[in-house]
Amino acid sequence: MAADPTAVGTDAAPRAAALVVADLPSAPAVWCSGLRKRYGRRPAVDDVSLEVGRGEVVGLLGPNGAGKTTVIKMLLGLVHPDAGEVMLLGRPAADPAARARVGYLPELFRYQPWLSAAEVLALHVRLAGVGVPAQEQRACLSLVGLAERAADRVGGFSKGMQQRLGLAVALVARPELVILDEPTSALDPIGRVDVRDIVLELKSRAVAVLLNSHLIGEVERVCDRVVILDRGRLAASGTLAELLGQRELRLQLTDLSAAAQERLAATGKAEHAGDWVTVALPADGGDTAVPDLVRDLVALGARVHAVEPGRISLEDRLLGILREGHGDDR
Amino acid sequence: MTIARTVLTIAALTLREASRRRVLLALAVLTVVLLALSGWGFSRLAAEAGDSTLTSGEARLTASILLNLVMFGFSLIAALGTAFLAGPTLSGETESGIALSVLARPIRRPAFLLGKWLGLVAFGSGFVVLAGLAQCVVVWATVGYWPPEPAAALALLAAQTVVLLTLAVLLSTAISPMASGVVAVGLFGTTWVAGVVGGLGASLGNDAIVRVGSVSRMLLPTDGLWRGAMHAFQDPSALVQFGAADVDAFPFLSTAPLTVTYLAWAALWVAMVWGLAAASFLRKDL
Ligand SMILES: Nc1ncnc2c1ncn2[C@@H]1O[C@H](COP(=O)(O)OP(=O)(O)OP(=O)(O)O)[C@@H](O)[C@H]1O
Ligand SMILES: [Mg+2]
Repeated sequence: MAADPTAVGTDAAPRAAALVVADLPSAPAVWCSGLRKRYGRRPAVDDVSLEVGRGEVVGLLGPNGAGKTTVIKMLLGLVHPDAGEVMLLGRPAADPAARARVGYLPELFRYQPWLSAAEVLALHVRLAGVGVPAQEQRACLSLVGLAERAADRVGGFSKGMQQRLGLAVALVARPELVILDEPTSALDPIGRVDVRDIVLELKSRAVAVLLNSHLIGEVERVCDRVVILDRGRLAASGTLAELLGQRELRLQLTDLSAAAQERLAATGKAEHAGDWVTVALPADGGDTAVPDLVRDLVALGARVHAVEPGRISLEDRLLGILREGHGDDR
Repeated sequence: MTIARTVLTIAALTLREASRRRVLLALAVLTVVLLALSGWGFSRLAAEAGDSTLTSGEARLTASILLNLVMFGFSLIAALGTAFLAGPTLSGETESGIALSVLARPIRRPAFLLGKWLGLVAFGSGFVVLAGLAQCVVVWATVGYWPPEPAAALALLAAQTVVLLTLAVLLSTAISPMASGVVAVGLFGTTWVAGVVGGLGASLGNDAIVRVGSVSRMLLPTDGLWRGAMHAFQDPSALVQFGAADVDAFPFLSTAPLTVTYLAWAALWVAMVWGLAAASFLRKDL
């Protein structure tokens, strides 16, 4: 771990030391440990630890009220955690300078209605303390499709336009970490594709992204890793391959002998529906599992009409994880 | 360095907000109406008094009282304006979510609060000083009366506004935008009334009632500063003219100038309330 444990949470940590830590290539973009928050007597976040590596895109998933937004706000110092440590880009989050290279699109996106879009961006550039030339700020506005409305007052913007402006605000100060809380909640279908392209573009520039979204397809397309929260707790986390590790194979078979059936059962759990058999493949089966199975089935006299890879979608997996966590009470 | 930049950026933003919101327009309209009305009133006064305006002690007394009365109007307008600007600009922003993206920037919350406060101070005191000065000019042009210490008077008027808006800032870190404005203006009015009651007590020779005024003047220094401002606006001869016994009970003349101790207390009060506001804002979950 790059985080020097003595530096965590001490405001007075020498600046020089912080800079050294910040420059370590291994310091993750986000590192938090044991975050807890309760509102009244209800725990909103309970012992959540997560990490986002440099240049990594991590999806934050979970049902409504799972605590995703609360976790994000605690990372940014907007909500004070009851317990736990946060490091951003290698610096303890107690130091505001840790957020110098962080861009944030809140779930509740509102910007000064009396300013124009261009003025909002200029304000955030000033507050971030980064010298971004006006031309680059304009480019940022056109990236989110607001180039023509740059001089208009934000008060007159539609909801989706405000969210687009929020994206531009998150991107304008040359961030190394971008935290997006439901960035597409108000966007039209084209806007959603735009956001996907933006995230992929950030990834190609090695900018880390923490993406909270209810659109699982979106998350599945762009994220390297996902973290699933449920009722304030970490329900699961891992790379997409790890979470979706369980692969399936669908086969259309006739003349299935008992020996062939045994061979199928030996591979994994098999479900029969007419001619069709769905068999779960072992995660560690390697590349040869499918050709080996087909060869053996043919040798055992079965006639193979079709072989299709069956995919478990992230959605199925997420629902499975949440059902398990709720003891199937949903 | 970075803190100074944050403070100045937020202060400039707050000024820009004030200038672009309807508050400014409303203030400007009220001010012009009040200036015009008082100009008309003072010119009537000059006409009644004839040519002996400057020599007549009576006329100077009336001019002093009227000037204080109109200035009270201005301080009320400034109080309403800043209190209702301080509410939306702080708790309104945290409620609507505007503060989320701003405070996620690498800035410290006290620096943000200081910027907001400075912007409001500049706006509020700028307004009272300009409007007050315009009023003095109107009085001078109509009846030829010029207050003995205009600079001190305007500064005290500005200080009164600062006290009130600091209170409004503290309230708006804890309660909703509208409520903070209403409570601040309500407390302002209450202290003024308590001050008048205290004055009545003084003219009746009742110490218990006098204490109502002095205690409220300590709790919220608006009324004390206001009395200091009146004293600097009014002609020194006005008190003699009015009759020493009853002047205590009269709300638009002040019998004594401010003490340095009281000014120091007001400054300390502002610092303490600001500190409370910063502590409350620092702990807030957004
Ligand atoms: N300001 C608050 N006061 C009281 N309770 C709160 C507050 N903010 C959040 N909570 C509670 O914390 C829990 C988590 O809320 P949070 O907003 O983090 O959920 P979420 O995962 O972002 O949900 P969604 O998908 O609906 O955005 C909820 O039970 C919510 O009621
Ligand atoms: Mg949320």
